[in-house]
Parts: sequence; structure tokens; C-alpha cells
Amino acid sequence: MTHTETPRSSGGDVRLRGISKTYGSFTAVHPLDLTVPAGSFFALLGASGCGKTTTLRMIAGLEEPTTGTVELSGRDVTVLPPYKRQVNTVFQNYALFPHLDIYENVAFGLRRRGIKSVKKQVEEMLDLVQLGPMARRRPQQLSGGQQQRVAVARALINHPEVLLLDEPLGALDLKLRRQMQLELKRIQTEVGITFVHVTHDQEEAMTMADTVAVMNGGRVEQLGAPAELYENPATTFVANFLGTSNLIQAEVVEAGGEELLLRAGDAKLRLPARRCSAPARSGDKVLAGVRPEKVSLAHADAAGTLAEGRNRLPGRIKDASFIGVSTQYVVDVPGLGELAVYEQNIERDGRLVPGAEIVLHWNPAHTFALDADQDIDAGADLDEEAA
Amino acid sequence: MTTTETPAPPERPDTADSLEIRTTPVRKRLIPYWLLLPGILWLIVFFAAPLVYQASTSLQTGSLEEGFKVTWHVATYWDALAEYWPQFVRSVAYAAVATVLCLALGYPLAYLIAFKAGRWRNVVMILVIAPFFTSFLIRTLAWKTILADGGPVVGALNHLHVLDVTSALGITEGHRVLATPLAVVCGLTYNFLPFMVLPLYTSLERIDPRLHEAAGDLYARPATTFRRVTFPLSMPGVVAGTLLTFIPAAGDYINAELLGSTDQKMIGNVIQSQFLRVLDYPTAAALSFILMAAILAMVTLYIRKSGTEDLV
Repeated sequence: MTHTETPRSSGGDVRLRGISKTYGSFTAVHPLDLTVPAGSFFALLGASGCGKTTTLRMIAGLEEPTTGTVELSGRDVTVLPPYKRQVNTVFQNYALFPHLDIYENVAFGLRRRGIKSVKKQVEEMLDLVQLGPMARRRPQQLSGGQQQRVAVARALINHPEVLLLDEPLGALDLKLRRQMQLELKRIQTEVGITFVHVTHDQEEAMTMADTVAVMNGGRVEQLGAPAELYENPATTFVANFLGTSNLIQAEVVEAGGEELLLRAGDAKLRLPARRCSAPARSGDKVLAGVRPEKVSLAHADAAGTLAEGRNRLPGRIKDASFIGVSTQYVVDVPGLGELAVYEQNIERDGRLVPGAEIVLHWNPAHTFALDADQDIDAGADLDEEAA
Repeated sequence: MTTTETPAPPERPDTADSLEIRTTPVRKRLIPYWLLLPGILWLIVFFAAPLVYQASTSLQTGSLEEGFKVTWHVATYWDALAEYWPQFVRSVAYAAVATVLCLALGYPLAYLIAFKAGRWRNVVMILVIAPFFTSFLIRTLAWKTILADGGPVVGALNHLHVLDVTSALGITEGHRVLATPLAVVCGLTYNFLPFMVLPLYTSLERIDPRLHEAAGDLYARPATTFRRVTFPLSMPGVVAGTLLTFIPAAGDYINAELLGSTDQKMIGNVIQSQFLRVLDYPTAAALSFILMAAILAMVTLYIRKSGTEDLV
């Protein structure tokens, strides 16, 4: 039987060096370097066809990389078949064995490694995922959420160095998905195994992962902690794919100090120089960005009472939709297009109705700037499409 | 809205509506029966009625000149069984060997078509089905030529001393293949192979390839994956294929007739000659019933044993 090490409670790290995959003339993954630290919860986030699943399958050994190497805990496993890798996968749609009951599904990996007394481990694992009483049922007799937990148990029982999750929550409804996100996070904290999670759901990635790699067109666009990615997107794709961003065409007027001064249409915008990811000299074009929840609205009549030093843009409310915790406005700013604003429903100004002339204002510190030499709408519609 | 101004609908259409509501479900409930009707009629005319007729024939006594009468002469069954049990045993043995050979040849072929053929899948499928374009009889006659005494096959087998081995085993005689058990089993295997391959292919093709990946991911080598995942999941195809091969093969008489000699007569040959040459209808009908009962018993036992009821 396959050589196995004594099960370890902590995970291993994954190191991808120059890994790529091409199918004929189509490049699914461009040469990619990626390090997943041991014990972390790492998410590969992107729309369908961005290469995230291919990357995962190359780590699992289900796909052979065209170039590059895969290292697990410092060992090169590039040429090893899947059954020789200390890696287990939770498949999309789970791929549970329909001819075996839950108990035997979970015991499958242990039995293949020649372990005779599996009872204690299987029962412990079924308890961990709260499926003890279901042990003798067949997979098709279980609900989607239960099948998902069986898939996790079947993989985790082998104490892999790395657990790979391929869109594990994709088939579940929203409420169950939220519940399973917390559940998976709890299990990961409990067992300390490295998790690599592939998803198209940005909220899922941000909720669960310590580190998120945003992939687009077979490349990693940006990698970092969820808050870091959200606050400081490096590309328009990341800015639009993770949440919503207002991106405004602007020109650098003054550069060099702590602050950058931009001109957008007739308005002046300021932002901290370190939040500009593009090289900015006077006269350069950039895209100024601000998240909708960071922007406030004031009626045009009240514009005089606003504090000094805030970024302002005049506009007219085009649409307002009340969604409970907040009201989402679409504001038409002459010369700059439509901007989104999310206002908390705390003190609602009755004058803020569609058609009203208003002023948008926000703290310059919440402004970021991107290289203008990219598609302003990249990644904007993918999110809804995929969800 | 103008709802208040709309005049109340007249009485008559209203009652007509409610009548229709009451009648539609009845008509709907009858639809399945209408759809079943052709099948049921077919079964009655071509299966149930002949069955009853044969049952009554098997209990008749008499002769062609004096006519046959139902005399509830059950002893016909015992006499038939006592006289023709070697042919029964031979039929079951030949059919069983042919079924095993079909499985051994058909499984790799079906596996290849389902998982490895890629864009050649349809071509290979057509090659499997192609023999059906000629008649059963002609295909079997062709085997007579293939296995002919002076032919290249027998020549090669003689040259390689294969026939010495098979003769020692008692499945051929002397330096020929025709008119031996080997020839009959070869014919049966060839003729029923597609009935094995098609159900096998169908059930193999239905297996989610991700299950193979999952097994590999869970430390199963390719051979273990086949033993623990692929084969168990293809059991419905194995059962269907073996039944579709074994049942007609056990009752077949063409292969034994054309490729065998009097020493390879199967029960089908006996029934055929009782009906058409000896004209002993009661014995022929009784033999038919015994064959049917034996096959039914074996199939039931087999399905129970293979435990695939919940997989189909």
C-alpha cells in the first residue's frame, strides 16, 4: 500500500514555482508563483474560467502542469500521481461514492492506506461534522449540506498536509452556504490543516480566508488579506470584483508631497500619495476610486455646512432603493457618469429623493487611485453573473 | 381598475366551466391506461395466449392421427426431463461458458469505448453493432466457413498444436473444430457479444469521472479504483449483460445446429425437432416450460446474489 507518514495535526505549505497549464493553444494558467503558508486558510478567487480550478487540480495531481513545479512541505511532488500525495480534495458536487454508505465513504482513504481499525477514527470524524447518526445511509439519502459535510469528513480523516476545496459550497442555497462557511472555518481552526479554497464568491473568500489571491485570465491579479484587497485594490478588476467601486477618470495636478491632488471634471480630489498604486506625476491620467459606503450625501442647500477638506462632487440623485440596513443611491455626476452611494439609514434627510440636487462628499483618506491604462469596467459584471 | 364595472358572467358558461373541471381529471387519469393499451394487447396476443395454449398442449395426450386431448397427463414432464436432461445440462453449461467469455471480451471493450475511445467512440460503437446488419443465420453460417476443416484458422491452430491441448481437454475432437463443443461455444459467444457490450457500456458511461478522481485522491491506485469503484458501479450493466446473453443462449439452437454435431445438441434443438419433426407436441411444450422455469429460477437466484436491486 501507499507509504504514509504518521498523521500530523498541522498542515504543510504549498509552493508553486512557474507553474502553468496550456490546452492546445489555450492557456488556462500563465506561469505562476504562489506560496501558501502552512496552516493558513487560502482562497483562490475569480470568475469561472480564470484558472483557479486548474491551479487547484495541479496541486492535487489531477492535472499535469505544462511547466513549473509543485512543492508540498518542501518536497517536489510535480510528477507524483494523486494517490501518492498527502493532499485531499473536497470536490465540487462532492463526488461521493454512491455504492457505499456514509461510513464507508469516510473510511475509504484509511482503508486504501491499509489501516485496519478505522472505526474509532471514522466515528470521531462523523461527530466532528455532526453526522454520527447518518453513518449507514447512502449519499443520495442525504441533503446537499449533509453531503457536503461527508465530503469534508472523507478528505479530513486522512490528515492531509493540505486540504483542497473546489467550490465546495457552490451547490448550496444562500443560508446554508453562510452556515457552512462558518462551519468550515471552525473545522480549519480546530484541525490546523492548510486549506486551499477555490471560489467565485467574493464574500465567501473574504469571510473565510486569511489570504485571498484574486485570479483573472489565468493570472493572479492581487494577493493579500481580505481587508487589504478591499481597501487597496491594485487593479480595476480587483476593485470591481471585490465589492463595488466608484472609479472616476482623473488627472494628476499636483504630486510629490504626502498628498496627491487630482482634477476630475471641474472638481478637485485629494488622496494620500501612498494609496496611489500607479506612478503619478503631474499631468498623468489615473482612476480615482472610492467605495460606495464611504461616500455621504448632502442636499445642495446644505453644501455650505460641510466640513473643510473633504472631497466633494456635485450631482443629482437618479435612483434610490431602500434595502433595510441602508439606502443605495445612484447619483449622476455631470461629466463623470454615475456613482453609487450606500447610506446607512440613521438620520434620513427627506429631501434626498430621485431628482434632488446633491453634493457627494467623503474623507480623502478613503480615496485610492489606479493606473488609468486599464479597462475601467474589468470584473464589474462577473460577480453577479457568477453568483 | 375597472373590475367593479364588469358585468357578472352569465350562468350557463359558468356551469359549463365547472363541468369541464370535473371531467378533465377523469380523462387525465385514463391517459396512462390508453398509453399502456398497445403494449398490453401485444402481450396478451403474443405472450399470454400462446403461453396458456402451450401449457394446455403440454398436458395433452394423443397422436397426430387421433388428435390431442387435455388429459392432465403431468407425467409428460417427468418423462421429458428423464430423457433429455443431458441436453438441459449441456445448454446451461454452453450458455454459461459463452456468457463468461462474453463478459471477459465485452468488459474491456465497453470500458475502452466508455473511457478511452474519445472521438472514436461512435466508430467503435458502430463496429460493435455492425454484425446486426446481417441475419443471425448468415453470421453463424459464416463461422462454419471460418472454422472449416481445411481453413486457415484450423490450419493455424493445428500448426501451433492448440487443438492437441483442446482435444485433451475434451472440447475438440481430433484435428477439427467444427462439430465440437468449442465451435458451438464460439458461435454463441460471437452472436451474443453485442448484448453484453451495450448494457455494460451504458452503465460504465454513466459513471461520473470525478468518482475516479476522488478515488485516486483518496489513495486508491488505478487497479484499486477499478476494483472498489468502477466495477461495483458497473454491476447493473454486468447483471443486465449476463442476463441478455445467458437467457437467449440457453434456448438457442441455431449455433448447435450449424456448428455442432449430434453430440452437441442443446435443448433448443430437441424442442425444435419435437415440434417440427417428431410432431410430439406435448413433449415439446413440456420441455419449453421446463426450460422457462429453470431459467427463471436461475435468474432470480442470480439477481438476489448479485444484490443490485438498489443500484438499477
